[in-house]
Amino acid sequence: MATAAVPVGTKWWSGGKSPFNLSYGKMMMWYFLMSDAFTFGAFLISYGTIRFSANFWPDPNVVFNAFPGAGHANLPLAFVSLMTFILIISSVTMVLAVHAGHNMDRKRVETYMLWTIVGGLAFLGCQAWEWTHLITGHHAVLIDGQIQEIGTTVTHNPWGAVVPGVMHNGEAVHQAGPVAFGGFFFGITGFHGFHVFSGVVINIIMYIKTRLGHFDQRGHYEMIEKAGLYWHFVDLVWVFVFLCFYLI
Amino acid sequence: MSHDSAASPEISFQSHHDDKAFYRTVKKVTIILSIITLIELCLGLLIYKMGHGSATSVLLIKGVITILSLAKAFYITAYFMHLGDEIRNFVMTIVVPLALFIWFIIAFLADGASWRDLRNTSAGSKPDATKTEQVQSAPAIEKGAEK
Repeated sequence: MATAAVPVGTKWWSGGKSPFNLSYGKMMMWYFLMSDAFTFGAFLISYGTIRFSANFWPDPNVVFNAFPGAGHANLPLAFVSLMTFILIISSVTMVLAVHAGHNMDRKRVETYMLWTIVGGLAFLGCQAWEWTHLITGHHAVLIDGQIQEIGTTVTHNPWGAVVPGVMHNGEAVHQAGPVAFGGFFFGITGFHGFHVFSGVVINIIMYIKTRLGHFDQRGHYEMIEKAGLYWHFVDLVWVFVFLCFYLI
Repeated sequence: MSHDSAASPEISFQSHHDDKAFYRTVKKVTIILSIITLIELCLGLLIYKMGHGSATSVLLIKGVITILSLAKAFYITAYFMHLGDEIRNFVMTIVVPLALFIWFIIAFLADGASWRDLRNTSAGSKPDATKTEQVQSAPAIEKGAEK
C-alpha cells in the first residue's frame, strides 16, 4: 500500500482535472459502497441492540453445527468457514481479473472473471442449503407445557434455553428462543445474499462485455475495476456478518 | 514531471505496480486473510468449549475476534480494493465518515443493555423473578384466608 505520489504544489482544486485523481464512475462507486456500509452497519447494530436487550440469546455454535452430507454430526463453524473461504478465494480471483484488465490481457480477464462467477454461485448454493436446513430442520420445543417440533423461521425459534431433564426422541428439549433471532438472521444474511446475487449478475455482464471486446474498443478495463470494487465489498460485509452471527 | 502529470490524464488505467510486486502483495494478503480467519475459527471453537456465556474471559476472546475482523477489513479495503493506492484526500472522504460507527455502536449497544436492565426490574416484565413472585404470593393468600 503506497498512497499515490503527488508532486508538491499540485493545485487539485483549480479546475480542469479530477481533484481526487479518480474517474467520476469509480469515485461514485466508492461513495455508493460507503452508503451501503452504513445500511449494513445499521442492520448489524440493530441486531446487536436487540441481542444486548435480551436475557437469553442462542449460542451460534449450537444453531449452526451442520454440514451437508454429514448427517447429525456436531460440526460447529465448519460449514460457515467453507463459505468464508469460498468468498475470500473469489475475491482473490477478482483482484487478478482487475490486474489483468490493467495489462489489457483479455484472455486472463475472461478466465479470472469466470472463476469469480463460479465462486459467487458456490457461495449462493451454500447459503441456500443453510437456509433450507434451518427452516426445515425441526427441533423439540416446550410450548405451553407441550412438546412441539418447530424449525427456525422469522416467527419461530427453537433455540431457547435447554429444559433440564426432558428428552424427546433422544434430543434435548429447548424452550422457545427469542423470535428476533430468525428475523435478523434471515434478514441480514438475505440482504447480503442479495448483494452476492447482484454481484454475480454484474460479473456475468462484465464477462460477456469482455468477450465481446467492448473494453478493448474502449481502450481500458475500468468497468472490471468497478465491478471488482463491488465484489470486494460483498466479501468485506461477509467478514462482519460472519463475525456477528457465527463467531461471537 | 510536468505540472499536469499528477492529475491529467485524470484516470490512470495502468497498474500502479509492476507484475512481480503485485503478485507478491496478493499472495501475502491472501495468506494473511486465511491465517486470521483460521485464528478466528480456533477462538470461536474455544468459546464453544468454554460455554457461550458472559464470563469476562469469553467477552475478552470475543473482543480479540472483533479486532481480528477489523484487521481483515483493513487488508481487503487497502489492498484488494486498492484504497491504499488512492490519494490521501480521497481516502479521508471514505474513512472519516465511517468514524460515525464508533458513536453508533457504543450508543445503541448501551441502549440495548439499558433495556435489559429495565426489563429485569419490577417496573419491567421481570422474567427471571416471575416464579419467585408466585411462590411469595401463596402465603399472602393464606394470611387473607385466616382473617
